[in-house]
Amino acid sequence: MAQAKPKKNGAVEKKLIGMADVVIAAAQRAKDPTFAIPIRALSNVSFNPRKGLIEMGEKKQARSFFNVGMAKKFMQTMLVADALSELQRADLTTSLREIYYRTKHTIQDSHENTFDTQDESDPIIEDLEVSLVALREELHVRAENSGSIVGPVVFGDDGDRVDCAKLGKGGYSVPSIVEPEYLEIRRCTADFLLLVEKGTQWNRLSEDKFWRRYNCVLLTGNGQPPRGVRRLARRLHEEHRLPVYVLVDNDPWGYYIYSVVKQGSINLAFESQRMAIPKAKFIGLSSADPERYELPRNVGIKLNDKDITRAKELLNYRWFQKPAWQEEIKRMLANGLKFELDALANKDFQYLTKKYLPRKLKEKDWLD
Amino acid sequence: MKPAPAVTAVEMGTRQREISVSEFFTKNRHLLGFDNPRKALLTCVKEAVDNSLDACEEAGILPDVTVKLETVADGQTPATPSQATRFRVTVTDNGPGIVRAQVPRIFAKLLYGSKFHRMRMSRGQQGIGISAAGMYGQLTTGKPVKVISRTGPRATAHYFEVQIDTKKNEPLVHENKQIEWTQPQGTEVAIEVEGRYQKGRASVDEWLEQTSIANPHVRLVYHTPEGETKEYPRTYHELPPSPKEIKPHPYGIEFGMLLKMLQDTKSHTVAGFLAGDFCRVSPALAEDICKAAKLSPDTKPRGVKPHLAEVLYKTLQTTKIMAPPTNCISPIGEKAILSGLYKQIKGEFYTAVSRPPAVYRGNPFIIEAGLAFGKGPEESVKPQQAAMPLAEGEDHGQDTELARVIRYANRVPLLFQQSACATFKAVLNTTWRNYGMTQSRGALPAGPMVIFVHMASVWVPFTSESKEAIADYDEIQKEIRLALREAGRRLGIFLRRKERAAGEFRRRNIFDLYIEEVVEACNRLKGGKLPTEQLKEQLHKIASTRTGGLKTDEALGKTGAGPEGLPHSIIVTMEGIEGEAEVAQQAATAPVIAGTATQSDQRLVAKAPVKAGKKSKSVAAIKDKAGQQDLFVEPASPVKKAVPPKRRPTATRNIRKGK
Repeated sequence: MAQAKPKKNGAVEKKLIGMADVVIAAAQRAKDPTFAIPIRALSNVSFNPRKGLIEMGEKKQARSFFNVGMAKKFMQTMLVADALSELQRADLTTSLREIYYRTKHTIQDSHENTFDTQDESDPIIEDLEVSLVALREELHVRAENSGSIVGPVVFGDDGDRVDCAKLGKGGYSVPSIVEPEYLEIRRCTADFLLLVEKGTQWNRLSEDKFWRRYNCVLLTGNGQPPRGVRRLARRLHEEHRLPVYVLVDNDPWGYYIYSVVKQGSINLAFESQRMAIPKAKFIGLSSADPERYELPRNVGIKLNDKDITRAKELLNYRWFQKPAWQEEIKRMLANGLKFELDALANKDFQYLTKKYLPRKLKEKDWLD
Repeated sequence: MKPAPAVTAVEMGTRQREISVSEFFTKNRHLLGFDNPRKALLTCVKEAVDNSLDACEEAGILPDVTVKLETVADGQTPATPSQATRFRVTVTDNGPGIVRAQVPRIFAKLLYGSKFHRMRMSRGQQGIGISAAGMYGQLTTGKPVKVISRTGPRATAHYFEVQIDTKKNEPLVHENKQIEWTQPQGTEVAIEVEGRYQKGRASVDEWLEQTSIANPHVRLVYHTPEGETKEYPRTYHELPPSPKEIKPHPYGIEFGMLLKMLQDTKSHTVAGFLAGDFCRVSPALAEDICKAAKLSPDTKPRGVKPHLAEVLYKTLQTTKIMAPPTNCISPIGEKAILSGLYKQIKGEFYTAVSRPPAVYRGNPFIIEAGLAFGKGPEESVKPQQAAMPLAEGEDHGQDTELARVIRYANRVPLLFQQSACATFKAVLNTTWRNYGMTQSRGALPAGPMVIFVHMASVWVPFTSESKEAIADYDEIQKEIRLALREAGRRLGIFLRRKERAAGEFRRRNIFDLYIEEVVEACNRLKGGKLPTEQLKEQLHKIASTRTGGLKTDEALGKTGAGPEGLPHSIIVTMEGIEGEAEVAQQAATAPVIAGTATQSDQRLVAKAPVKAGKKSKSVAAIKDKAGQQDLFVEPASPVKKAVPPKRRPTATRNIRKGK
């Protein structure tokens, strides 16, 4: 894979250098240097039902230098581009926070800082991702490692062989960049992949060796799965034909996590192509489960105002229009309750491993 | 009253009438501002000074008022001013004096006075104030009010000791004699009260200081209980125009008031009553109103039945009537406000705005606003610190203090209930960020600034009887906001100008600042092979064409235009004063007493380089601002302000330097 690297880097670096060229060319023709940056908002995404993906629209926003409102952002964009190209040249990866520190300084002869907080630099990196059509990984910016994987899969990571079936109950910590040139999937004999929202429940399944009995890969992203986890799931799904099942809490946020895994997110819709798994299935917790699995009402939590607003928003998203999903969300609203995965422990500590999932898999009880 | 064996209804009626106003107020002293000893002391001073100023102005005399606070030993060892519980408040003026026969009633009868029955702007309104103060003194110390009054150099001075008969609300004269008095004319009131003397917020000191800001035509001498003498000199030598008395406007009265007016009128017909007892109602309009109310114009006013009166009232409210005349109010005026602010507050920039008259509920009013900004020129030229990179969450430090709002109603400072006041709300609702100040959401703007707001009206709508906050009428709120915006706009211009003057730090605009960064980033992106100077030049060129080049320079005042475009403003720099230099000079050349001059002021005098003034700058004024006080320095925390060990009392020090 090593030989692929310089070529790819070259492409990204060229794009970054292209930004300097925009400024130089504009200056020569006495024009205002301007970048067009795609808008990252619900108003500029559309759901492609055929592909099952959220796609970014065509709407763009101009960012010009000689505009009082944008001058600073423009300057910041150039600084970030500079820092990113430095990473490309040195072949290093870094974090968002390090980019912030790297680009922060006081402008000469003034009291003004280039950046005051990280909140100013983060969106600029996202801006560059979308306008240069480069993934964050390609820009060499990594997120935190906050995912774990366990199961019959073997990786090659920096030349080391990592067998996830022999890593005890802790498993392997998913790196934030899992592109083939960084992480190689050497072997995978699993039958399916289970993506669990919560680390606690992943621990339960790992400890009970659920993956061994059902020959599957267990993956968690500790909440909203980070890009590395999503990308890895996508690669296992694509390269090894693993069906993907998503196990989340029964609340609006759980539904949304599922939808991000399946169709992609609104903010980074352009990455759906490489991240989304349109065939992913929602295995639980469904709003029908408490009744089906006889969970007492007292282990539910009352929906608060925020939950209700969010659920109503979800009802309007184009990718939640399937009748089964409308029914699912409306049933939660009608019950007025949300349920955590952990609530299953009310019946038995191992209820999830021994009863709930086996029955779900046997009955093929999931939503698409 | 005859003793009767049984209580009859008639007798009960008699008794009910005997509960006098004075008795009521004895029990409800908080309604008049005597809630606690500290506030009571202030209220006594306030009532006496208000009366003096009203009297002087009405008589056309430039007021000269002396306030003296002394501690009184109550049997035990004489206490220090901060511990004393008894004080003698003496207020002396050079007013017209009071005729002998009226003295007892004015000072020892509640609700007796000249101001209640007319629609005219004055400080006092009800005729309660000074007699209530006297009554409070009588209640807490048992001492009578001592009054000396002389109506002219040829008249003899009379000395009175009066008390109030709280049952009958009638004065009791204890002493009445002719005396020798050094003053040719005027009145002196001395009241002994229980009180507490404290400095700082809402103190007598603060009140007098603020009074002097809004009344620069007054010379005020204040002898503090500590034996110091402060003088607030007269800096404005014209009396405010005397306000005219007006009749009520139909929109401003309530139904009960109309009924009373119908009873009291001297007119014989309703039409005559309307035209005669209201302003802006012509005889023709009066006929129209009667017609609309289905009332014969010739009906006798006293014969109008209540339900017809109600129709008449409603008709009055719906008829289109011209707004009331506005000559009944006398604003302080921009010059005088400037003069007052400049005299009392140390700063770099002063401005004042008088709004045109407006009307709420039939009452005409005028809003005036002023600003004093900065810490004085000597602070601002402190060697600038080298540009220090700031860490996250850090700021430049200097803007942590919040602005101060000083509020006035008819020239009287309002010291309590700030947050309930319409003026304060208007200050909060003004977006000071637009004018270069920092301001957190829902807070006062941050920075060394005093915001002055004055409402002048024949009837100021207070939220309570003790006259502490102005009620929040939409019309009033709107006017205050407009005035503040104008003042803020001028401040913005000044701040921008100052920032530019700060030189190397901020170049002409943000583009210049960022071009360097952008070019450097481009250069690094291109691997350091970029002709950077050429690119910079190209970008600068675009910047100047895009932003208008010369035109922008002009708009920003870079071409050398002075403070023009800033009406009614003073700018103080180390070189001198720009703007309304005359006002400043007047303020500065007035004699100053050393009592308030602190060392820092003297340092300023010594240090200020006397350069030849450019343009309209005046050099003289800046040196002589010993009377100015730094309103931002809390008395409790004298920052760098070494107080001279022994204050020289009263000695007039003429620090004018030859010019």
